[in-house]
Amino acid sequence: FFQYCLSGHPTLPCNVLKFKSTTIMLDCGLDMTSTLNFLPLPLVQSPRLSKLPGWVLKDGSTFLDKELKECSGHVFVDSVPEFCLPETELLDLSTVDVILISNYHCMMALPYITEYTGFTGTVYATEPTVQIGRLLMEELVNSIERVPKAQSASLWKNKEVQRLLPAPLKDAVEVSMWRKCYTMPEVNAALSKIQLVGYSQKIELFGAVQVTPLSSGYALGSSNWIIQSHYEKVSYVSGSSLLTTHPQPMDQASLKNSDVLILTGLTQIPTANPDGMVGEFCSNLAMTVRNGGNVLVPCYPSGVIYDLLECLYQYIDSAGLSNVPFYFISPVANSSLEFSQIFAEWLCHNKQTKVYLPEPPFPHAELIQTNKLRHYPSIHGDFSNDFKQPCVVFTGHPSLRFGDVVHFMELWGKSSLNTVIFTEPDFSYLDALAPYQPLAMKCVYCPIDTRLNFIQVSKLLKEVQPLHVVCPEQYTQPPPSQSHRTDLMVDCQPPPMSYRRAEVLTLPYKRRYEKIEIMPELADSLVPLEIKPGISLATVSAVLHTKDNKHVLQLPPKPPQPAPGKKRKRVSDDVPECKPLKPLLSGSIPVDQFVQTLEKHGFSDVKVEDTAKGHIVLLQEAETLIQLEEDSTHIICDNDEPLRVKLRDLVLKFLQKF
Amino acid sequence: MPEIKVTPLGAGQDVGRSCILVSIAGKNVMLDCGMHMGYNDDRRFPDFSYITQNGRLTDFLDCVIISHFHLDHCGALPYFSEMVGYDGPIYMTHPTKAICPILLEDYRKITVDKKGEINFFTSQMIKDCMKKVVAVHLHQTVQVDEELEIKAYYAGHVLGAAMFQIKVGCESVVYTGDYNMTPDRHLGAAWIDKCRPDLLITESTYATTIRDSKRCRERDFLKKVHETVERGGKVLIPVFALGRAQELCILLETFWERMNLKAPIYFSTGLTEKANHYYKLFITWTNQKIRKTFVQRNMFEFKHIKAFDRAFADNPGPMVVFATPGMLHAGQSLQIFKKWAGNEKNMVIMPGYCVQGTVGHKILSGQRKLEMEGRQILEVKMQVEYMSFSAHADAKGIMQLIRQAEPRSVLLVHGEAKKMEFLKQKIEQEFHVNCYMPANGETTTVFTNPSIPVDISLGLLKRETAIGLLPDVKKPQLMHGTLIMKDNSFRLVSPEQALKELGLAEHQLRFTCRVHLQDARKEHETVLRVYNHLKGVLKDYSVQHLPDGSITVESILIQATAHSEDQGTKVLLVSWTYQDEELGSYLTSLLKKGLPSSTA
Repeated sequence: FFQYCLSGHPTLPCNVLKFKSTTIMLDCGLDMTSTLNFLPLPLVQSPRLSKLPGWVLKDGSTFLDKELKECSGHVFVDSVPEFCLPETELLDLSTVDVILISNYHCMMALPYITEYTGFTGTVYATEPTVQIGRLLMEELVNSIERVPKAQSASLWKNKEVQRLLPAPLKDAVEVSMWRKCYTMPEVNAALSKIQLVGYSQKIELFGAVQVTPLSSGYALGSSNWIIQSHYEKVSYVSGSSLLTTHPQPMDQASLKNSDVLILTGLTQIPTANPDGMVGEFCSNLAMTVRNGGNVLVPCYPSGVIYDLLECLYQYIDSAGLSNVPFYFISPVANSSLEFSQIFAEWLCHNKQTKVYLPEPPFPHAELIQTNKLRHYPSIHGDFSNDFKQPCVVFTGHPSLRFGDVVHFMELWGKSSLNTVIFTEPDFSYLDALAPYQPLAMKCVYCPIDTRLNFIQVSKLLKEVQPLHVVCPEQYTQPPPSQSHRTDLMVDCQPPPMSYRRAEVLTLPYKRRYEKIEIMPELADSLVPLEIKPGISLATVSAVLHTKDNKHVLQLPPKPPQPAPGKKRKRVSDDVPECKPLKPLLSGSIPVDQFVQTLEKHGFSDVKVEDTAKGHIVLLQEAETLIQLEEDSTHIICDNDEPLRVKLRDLVLKFLQKF
Repeated sequence: MPEIKVTPLGAGQDVGRSCILVSIAGKNVMLDCGMHMGYNDDRRFPDFSYITQNGRLTDFLDCVIISHFHLDHCGALPYFSEMVGYDGPIYMTHPTKAICPILLEDYRKITVDKKGEINFFTSQMIKDCMKKVVAVHLHQTVQVDEELEIKAYYAGHVLGAAMFQIKVGCESVVYTGDYNMTPDRHLGAAWIDKCRPDLLITESTYATTIRDSKRCRERDFLKKVHETVERGGKVLIPVFALGRAQELCILLETFWERMNLKAPIYFSTGLTEKANHYYKLFITWTNQKIRKTFVQRNMFEFKHIKAFDRAFADNPGPMVVFATPGMLHAGQSLQIFKKWAGNEKNMVIMPGYCVQGTVGHKILSGQRKLEMEGRQILEVKMQVEYMSFSAHADAKGIMQLIRQAEPRSVLLVHGEAKKMEFLKQKIEQEFHVNCYMPANGETTTVFTNPSIPVDISLGLLKRETAIGLLPDVKKPQLMHGTLIMKDNSFRLVSPEQALKELGLAEHQLRFTCRVHLQDARKEHETVLRVYNHLKGVLKDYSVQHLPDGSITVESILIQATAHSEDQGTKVLLVSWTYQDEELGSYLTSLLKKGLPSSTA
């Protein structure tokens, strides 16, 4: 039982579990923070970005000035943005049997794994995870492909060169492994390998292991996974939430009795309360618009945006924002809004009840109907005709490096009337803003991360009581910026086992049993004996069959009947073929009863002598003696086989067989 | 021997009021709780007093499962739960849970408000009944209690229709409800994995029918509608609000669009728009094509089909009207039928099965003079067409499902006895499994022979699999272990471990036999001869000559001493434990025969 840790990012995990001869990948998150080192991809020619000066080394060398540009004291790579992939060298990924996906944010590296490593297995995910995951990938591919960039920088990645660069480029890890974005055909190929599953569906893997997705409460279709055999249970907790937002609540009870609980995907902002953040989001938005400014909300096309729209639905009339247009711009905006309405079974109880009426579960249907919310595939086309200011724009990508958001940053950045409100917690907002500096527009940071915080984690662990907890090393110490906050770490007994990127952990199990099936015919032939009150025993001699990791015990075949006509050989003429084991014996033989039994069977000259440890029973005429002791019996006789067998059987009557 | 008992309270050799009791491994499950459209008296509901004479249903039944929202499968549910009294769990899929109460309310209205019946269930009872419903996902394993689990599979009959697997330990039953093995314009095909149930309870509505291709039937349908409309006639299509209606609407909508037709299409009750809404919100339950394209074009938003008003029935000119209910036994479809029946230009198309006793059944069986309420005779001059659009599996489909699930026996319900008889023979011939077709109230017992799962200690299993590294098919390896049965746990361990766990000591049983051997040689020479002899005979065994002069064969010890009186005789002491009984016994008889002279 091993865990290979391929990602160091605690919320974008990628682990491989070797569990009972199966190799299971848990999530394949894609670390996109690497893109923060790149210049934004502008949708329209940006004079500001194109005029940025090339970066010059301290010694005056200029050989990197084509690849690296300087902006307000920061250095950026001028190239197609690249992503940091999970480790691909730690083990042969073509040996991975299955990939389990827990939510749509944790599958963004899937095409890299399924299309480039020789992977031939199956991917399991829920239907909303696949549909929304597809939308996220489509948006990503689209926003990168629509701004073709001739240049692909690689000089700076040279180890010798990278050493000379300023932070954070100098410290960027595994830059040689950074990869360009995948293409739509690769996305489609990857997604075609997914098999859809539902919550609490038991999926058998090779007869050895059973995996089951459980609702995790974090996003539409998000799941935790149980990986178990008959005797071991691993719970994989990834991106879970106990807050009541739109998804079905988290299933905690099924996590009980785990031998190992792998804990990933906790909140990235443990000090912020999501409810408070939503309130701040609304009030900042209202204030800006009232002052005649525009609001930009960099966001993913699915997830928290549904909750924000729902809050605004309740808020806009009371805040006097009824006439302010809300725009949602993304190549997948329409699909995302439509898809959100058809996953009734994956929603919280309140929303399900609405569907039974039948009404759309999310109120953004009404916002669209009343024209308060409009969605567009991009800033080009219809949007440019309809565009009215002041307004509120939801658009991606939250890294501010690509997507329509780049355009609005350039457009609105110069005015202090406008506000950009960061709600997605995946990127440091200061880093995201760096290439836009100096900036006049207001920046508000309202990160909304509904995933478990440390108080909830410790409650959860107390509740489900796993024997061992495994988590990323980041969770075993306070955040670097708040080293005194010892409450911001996972606290449990025994202390969690931590992992970091490219590490292999040996998971602790103590397994002593395996399931086996006794066929009915064999079961009928067993003779149970009650040994102690409530405990019965039966000796079993059977044939073991093992197929597809399942074990079955059957009646031994009857000895073949000798062919008629052939002269039957005496049994003792044959060398015994295999070594048929006799049962073990237990018990003791009371000498008086034994003698009585002997006499009953026609031995008239029985004589008993006492010894230090027991008795000797003598059959004088037969020159045979039987030593009886507490835990042993020894029959010593001449070679008179019928006599020996008779004595043997008399002795056995007093003993229990095992 | 463990057994599964099945008693249909309804749908036994009949179509209508589906309700089947199943007892499996001490659990009692009721499958469906339907009403019969052919009756208006007590017979319309299953006879629940059969379940228990005195005592509460809740104590007797572990759960109730509803396969889909058609009233012949759920119509008696509020009566059962609120009037007879049942408080246990009722399981159904999400779409069924959403749509079922609406159809029940519709049914209640027709019965109470229109027909004026009393002592029927109320709206409040429908609501209270639905509170007992637990919605299930497809393929989700629902643990009803510690032992009983159920799992839903896609059935493709109507939106949300499901087949259910009921499982206790390794015994299981699959109940198909109504299903369809061919995808249609709005739903996918039924699917089940090779779950090998002990018993498959399947519907058999079309037990003897092999239907022609769907495409032909569709073309036929469109042709008939088109011709009637062209000659200025009116087309009535009695349907149930949800299900076939949507499929036919999609069909007509695309046809009207393509042919640019102008004649109006109406959909009768207000239920329709609502119904279409359900399809939009539960689009994940429809077929792949609709699901894939719904963002661009939602198939359930109809341009040509409009809401019907009662007054439209008297409008001149051609029109097509979908009206409920589907068997012409009550409601708006019957009213329109009465209005239009007298004109031979008009046409009624029955797109589904009609239960005996309904007007639909009568006109389909050729009756043209109908006695209506108040002894009025209605003469039917309009054309009557029957088109099997109901989404039931035909004989081929039923066989296909049996092949998929590989049941150990089959039980037929929801069909007519004569047709069942035919299918039963066919199933028994082709699959060599028993097939049953009990009538209502008749109990079928199916014996199961489950294997018993036990825990085997890894030590014992590893020991055995290590020995059996090269499995010999002809000589299977025997495994020896001790089964410890304590409370309800069964553990198979090695005999040594069993002794240890029970705190018992092993009792050693040892034999020593004296074998007299005629051999005048010196002792050690005799020993050497014995050794060579044994080595020659026992090729597969480890035979050793120890320095102290003794010989071992495996764990059997052989020592030689001179006979105290006769120097020409040597005495061999052969000593073995009970565990080596066979070999020890064999050795003594071998040695008794003396040594061959050649071994000298």
